[in-house]
This record gives sequence, C-alpha cells and structure tokens, in this order.
Amino acid sequence: MMKLVRGDGEIRAVLSGEIDHHSARELRAELDAALCDMAPRLLVLDFGGVTFMDSSGVGLIMGRYKLMQTFGGEVAVENAPPRIERMLRLSGVGQLAQIRPGKGNDE
Amino acid sequence: MNIVNEARLAFMSRSANESFARVAVSGFFMQLDPTVDELTDIKTAVSEAVTNAIVHGYREKNGTVYITMRILAGNVAYVKIRDCGCGIADVKKAMEPLYTSAPEEERAGLGFAVMQSFMDTVRVRSAVGKGTTVVMTKALRTRADE
Repeated sequence: MMKLVRGDGEIRAVLSGEIDHHSARELRAELDAALCDMAPRLLVLDFGGVTFMDSSGVGLIMGRYKLMQTFGGEVAVENAPPRIERMLRLSGVGQLAQIRPGKGNDE
Repeated sequence: MNIVNEARLAFMSRSANESFARVAVSGFFMQLDPTVDELTDIKTAVSEAVTNAIVHGYREKNGTVYITMRILAGNVAYVKIRDCGCGIADVKKAMEPLYTSAPEEERAGLGFAVMQSFMDTVRVRSAVGKGTTVVMTKALRTRADE
C-alpha cells in the first residue's frame, strides 16, 4: 500500500505492508503516473511501514532512480527498518539513492 | 537425509501466489519455533525463488510451482522449489549478482544473491526446456542454544 504526499517539487511515497514482485508492479504504476505528471526534483520513498521486502523493493528503487534521472531529479529512501536496510546495503542501491534514517525510526 | 517431517504445495504460477507461498512455508516451519529473523530469512529466500519460477521459469505463462518443505534432523529447514518452465542455460551466469534476463520486470538481478545470503546452502539444478529446481537449507538455532 502507498500514500502519496505532494510537496513543493517533492513527492513523498509512504509505503506500507509487503513489497514483493506482485505488489511492486502496482506500486510502480501508481508512482510513475504521479512522477510523470509532476516531474519533481525529489522522490522520497518512506519504508517505515514496510513489514516485508524481497529484492523487488530494490528493483522498485532502481527503476524510479532511472525515471527520476530523466527529469534530473533525485531519490531518497527513508525510515527503512533494519532488515530492509540490510537488503539495501547488500544490493548496493545506496549508490543510486540516498539512504537516510529520517525521523521516527527509533520506536 | 533424515526427514523428520514433510509437506508439499503446488500452485499456479500467478504473482498473487508469491505471498501465499511465503505464508505457507513459514507456517510449516513454525513448529521449529524459529526466531523472527530466521523465519524472515526463509520467507525472503522463498519469495525470491518463487518469483524466479513465475517470472523467468514460466515467463508469466500458466504453469505449476511445486514446493517441498522438510524438517531434517538437527533442526534444519529444507525447502525445494521446482518449476517445469524454460530452464536456465547457464546457471553460473544466472547466479551472478545483478544479472537479470527480465529488466523490463525491474528484476534487480539479486534473487540468487539474496537466497545465498539468507540461507546456509543453495543448490540449483536446471535443464533448458525442462525446468529449474532450487534446494535451500538453513540450520535453525534451537531455543536452548540461546
């Protein structure tokens, strides 16, 4: 599931639940429609509510990075729970997207 | 191989079944009283292998994915995931990190790397035109070890 919050030149996608190949497809369709519509400078993917993620989540970040590059925009990942952060580090996706802890990750 | 318990699953190669496979496999291994992390490791590895079967093995066409779950002596979780899809010509190349044959599906090419990282052993057998079998094991800590 995803909630999109549009700010000034920025879209924040608040993700929740499980991210696998099946759910990533739906997320990416909805996200890409919003990104192409607004062409923001920054896309923030907030993983705070994500309870499970396999490598499809890495594919989701990589694909959005490519799309954001076409606008000259950037991607940041926030609030990833420890297990998901481990997957992100394993993948090296941190070279494409800024991985930052963000607020509210200490509960 | 000393089999303590075994269960089998067969389901259509639909992406909606990826979450079903994770839940079913973790349900079976609950009897080993795993830690949350151990169970998530297994679920993640199973998710990768099942997605590979659906996306790469069957190329999104209808087929059946078979899972055999076993508990082996010594608190070892064993999972076999098999498809009768197109098979892999070069298994070694397919297992290289970042290699993918389905970039349009945004596969990151990390499936096998994730399986190897989260499980103790991963074996892949494949024949072109016949299908692919992935066998993974993970020794679980017994609660008494902690």
